[in-house]
Amino acid sequence: MRPFTYERAADLGAALAAGTVPEAARQHIRPEVQYLAGGTTLLDLMKIDVMHPERVLDIRPDAAAQPVIRSEEGGLWLSAVASMAQAAEHPAVRRDYPVLAQALQQAASAQLRNMATLGGNVLQRTRCHYFRDTAFPCNKRQPGSGCSAIGGVTRLLAVLGVSEHCIASYPGDFAQALIALDAEVEVLAPEGPRRFPFSQLHRLPGDTPEIETTLRPGELITGFHVPTLPWARRSLYLKVRDRESYAFALASAAVALDLRDGVVHEARIGLGGVAAAPWRAHEAEMVLQGQELTEACAGQAAEAAFAGAVAHDDNAFKPELGRRTLVRALMQAAAMEP
Amino acid sequence: MSEMIIPSGVIGRDTVRQEARAKVTGAAHYPSDMPVPNAAHAFLVTSGIARGRITRWRLEAAQAVPGVLDILTHENTGQESKPIPPTKGGGGSTTTLQSDRIWHDGQIIAVVLAESFEAAREAAHKVRVDYAEEAPAATFDSPGVEVQVLEETLEAHEDPRVGDAEAAFAAGAVTVDATYGTPTQHHNPIELFTTTCFWEGDRLTILEPSQFVQGLATTVAKQLDIAPNKVQVISPLVGGAFGSKGGATARTAWIAVAARWLGRPVKLVASRSQGFTIATYRAETRQRVRLAAGRDGRLQALLHEGWEVSSRPSNYNVQGTETTSRIYACPNVWTRVNVVHADRNTPGFMRAPPDLPYGFGLESAMDELAIALDMDPVELRRINDTRREPIKGLPYTSRSLLECFDAAAEAFGWSRRDKRPGSLREGDWRIGWGCAASYYPAKISAACARVALSAQGARVDIAAHEIGTGAWTVLAMTAADQLGIEPEQVEVHLGDSTLPAAGLAAGSSHTASICNAVAMACRELRERPTHAAVTANAGPLAGQDPAALRFEGGALRGEKGAAEPLAALLGRTGPMDAYAEHVPHGNPPDAPEKVKQGTPMTTGGAQLPDLIQYGFGAQFVEVRVHARTGEVRVPRITGAFAAGRIINPRTAHSQLMGG
Repeated sequence: MRPFTYERAADLGAALAAGTVPEAARQHIRPEVQYLAGGTTLLDLMKIDVMHPERVLDIRPDAAAQPVIRSEEGGLWLSAVASMAQAAEHPAVRRDYPVLAQALQQAASAQLRNMATLGGNVLQRTRCHYFRDTAFPCNKRQPGSGCSAIGGVTRLLAVLGVSEHCIASYPGDFAQALIALDAEVEVLAPEGPRRFPFSQLHRLPGDTPEIETTLRPGELITGFHVPTLPWARRSLYLKVRDRESYAFALASAAVALDLRDGVVHEARIGLGGVAAAPWRAHEAEMVLQGQELTEACAGQAAEAAFAGAVAHDDNAFKPELGRRTLVRALMQAAAMEP
Repeated sequence: MSEMIIPSGVIGRDTVRQEARAKVTGAAHYPSDMPVPNAAHAFLVTSGIARGRITRWRLEAAQAVPGVLDILTHENTGQESKPIPPTKGGGGSTTTLQSDRIWHDGQIIAVVLAESFEAAREAAHKVRVDYAEEAPAATFDSPGVEVQVLEETLEAHEDPRVGDAEAAFAAGAVTVDATYGTPTQHHNPIELFTTTCFWEGDRLTILEPSQFVQGLATTVAKQLDIAPNKVQVISPLVGGAFGSKGGATARTAWIAVAARWLGRPVKLVASRSQGFTIATYRAETRQRVRLAAGRDGRLQALLHEGWEVSSRPSNYNVQGTETTSRIYACPNVWTRVNVVHADRNTPGFMRAPPDLPYGFGLESAMDELAIALDMDPVELRRINDTRREPIKGLPYTSRSLLECFDAAAEAFGWSRRDKRPGSLREGDWRIGWGCAASYYPAKISAACARVALSAQGARVDIAAHEIGTGAWTVLAMTAADQLGIEPEQVEVHLGDSTLPAAGLAAGSSHTASICNAVAMACRELRERPTHAAVTANAGPLAGQDPAALRFEGGALRGEKGAAEPLAALLGRTGPMDAYAEHVPHGNPPDAPEKVKQGTPMTTGGAQLPDLIQYGFGAQFVEVRVHARTGEVRVPRITGAFAAGRIINPRTAHSQLMGG
């Protein structure tokens, strides 16, 4: 049996739920600790020998606590320990940011959405088969051992942001919406809290696929700030998958449009299922800006989004599916009556 | 035969499963839930390559994990069990710990034994193996696969044929020549593949979910070279089987060996992902179907050839052409089946093993023929309906295919169909309607049963299997029906190889097999209290004609309203029991002995000398394909089925809905 220590940080959980993290909580912030909230990824990965924390710090808030989702200066605050279900059902999220609510609703299953928290969700690890099966070499799991996915089964894997060392896809949905909305993430660091753009949280694999985020050891995500964006009511999350429910995306698009008289004033596009990390398609946004949103224009944007795609055997369909998914999402968003 | 069951108020009554409450409250015990004191825990180590040999074990790190007791490998225990005997089709068997050879990815190569599940799992993850790896051949078209034409290599193999199909196809007015593929499919039911073994002296007890407890007991006895009567398999509830728990698989004997090796019980709960490689599966197929018809739609030629993937040594094949050659009227039929040997684990039974993949091929080709003829696909099936199968000219025992088509078409709204491509559309969703015939051989095997009656109620003993289909309940209903009591008054004992033997819970044959055996035992049993009632001096039925007595409403009833409650009668006479061995039509007289020996003969379908016996159905579906992103969704399925006499509408409905 692999021993690890388990500690319950009730005060930190309570602070996170309340949306205020006191100075005293800093004592919990230390390296070599894995935080446990929903546990829907960590426990699985510990059982299959992929993750081996020495210490597990349980930051789940008390069952009675309702983690905060509230309006704040310039936007909306979502506590990192709010459950996916709680955020998906929140009236302000549903009304003002449909793309956020839909991304959450279409993820996982109802049971998992009740357990899993937002902070853990954005950090969930790839579903690459070779990462999860320790019989295979994997640069992400064991740096320098090689990538078994290249030349292997790649249907679920990425075509954007990949490297010769790793083609694992980022599996989540919520993060595509956050990155499209220019959200910020707040973390508790040993020297105090810091807030930075969500787009800077994840790293592309490059030659260090084992390093997935810019978080330093011990840092803890405390919540997300989503800026006020009145036109984000015209937004949606489109998830294309083999199965209608409880499946990871083959391709997805988070889209928000500032559409004035049929002309795109501003467009925001996040792509999922196709990329190594939460993916903002700036090139596609540039194509759309100032243009009338026609099928042809959406197609040009999709071309731009996947111009740098690199496919491997099984996932050769992904650039085309990704383009079609984005065109469909843009046309559906344009047809919305927010 | 089935006419032995006389319909009354119980048969056909919507009846709640006897174990329903236990299941939904979590109180039900599946084999791995049964408490076994002092059990050690096993975790399997499976191969990380698909072909080659093990050259060196590196076990030090695993052995150092606290709580580890031992690790079984081919080097220390490999000769203590023989491989699984060949299955359907014969040939050889893949090995596990018997040698250093790797036949397929995920093959069992070692068993870690420890004081706890967690320690065994941790140590299994620390086992390192050096391999001499060879390039594997995975499936069709992979370099290195070997194609075996069954008729040329297996003496017992017979491909159904009649007339001159090649010539008739060449001369056909309207033809279809199409190839189809079906994918690999795994059952992997909710209940994992588990095995617990313990020895008491030279007696072995196996707790394992099984669709055939007699078969598992006798196979493991053969593998371990011990007498079959020294092995008991206990499997009261099975949490989903679908064929995967029908035959013995390699894990069981190794857990028995481990329990003997350690001198204490050993429990294995294989992981979900291991379920994909340590159990059987439905292999992928390829098929070529050629049909020729006159302009009137009448079939003139049907040629159906299949290729099925199997392991290197095994000839396992499903040969669905046995069915597809016999569904439609056609004077010229040619079939052939080939096995493609690859570096894979041996496939096995899975949900309509032959009929599903091959039926998909035939029905798809019939649809393409309907298009070529510009004919409604239901009409094409109507034109080619038959009362006799074309190969031997045998009559169907019943043939209700068109009744099913008509009923399902009506319920589905098929008459509103617009067959022009692209005519049905909802937003960006393109909508298509389609239909297919269902057919499945109606089979039955011999079974034995004991039924006892006492003042407290009845008891049924039969080595039947509750795999979720409701066997437990239909057994109680059958006995209740025959004895004039309520199903709740019948205590059913099943899922134990020491009970009177019954066949496999497979091939949609189990209800027919086991209920007929129980009904037969009940009939024998009824004679005894009847005799006691009419001869006893004190009873209310004394002196009545035994032939006029009937079991009804918990009493034995005679003429002029005379009746004696069974509780009173049995209280007077003491408990009684009867044992019966039912031999169905088409089975040899020694069929019950074969069942006891774990080699049952299930007959029916296309295997009777005088008749052909199938169940039929028709299915209509609405399929949606997104015009932009191509997702395929099936929002609506309507089916009509002629499934024979429905014993329990509730569980039959669940079955037909796909449960």
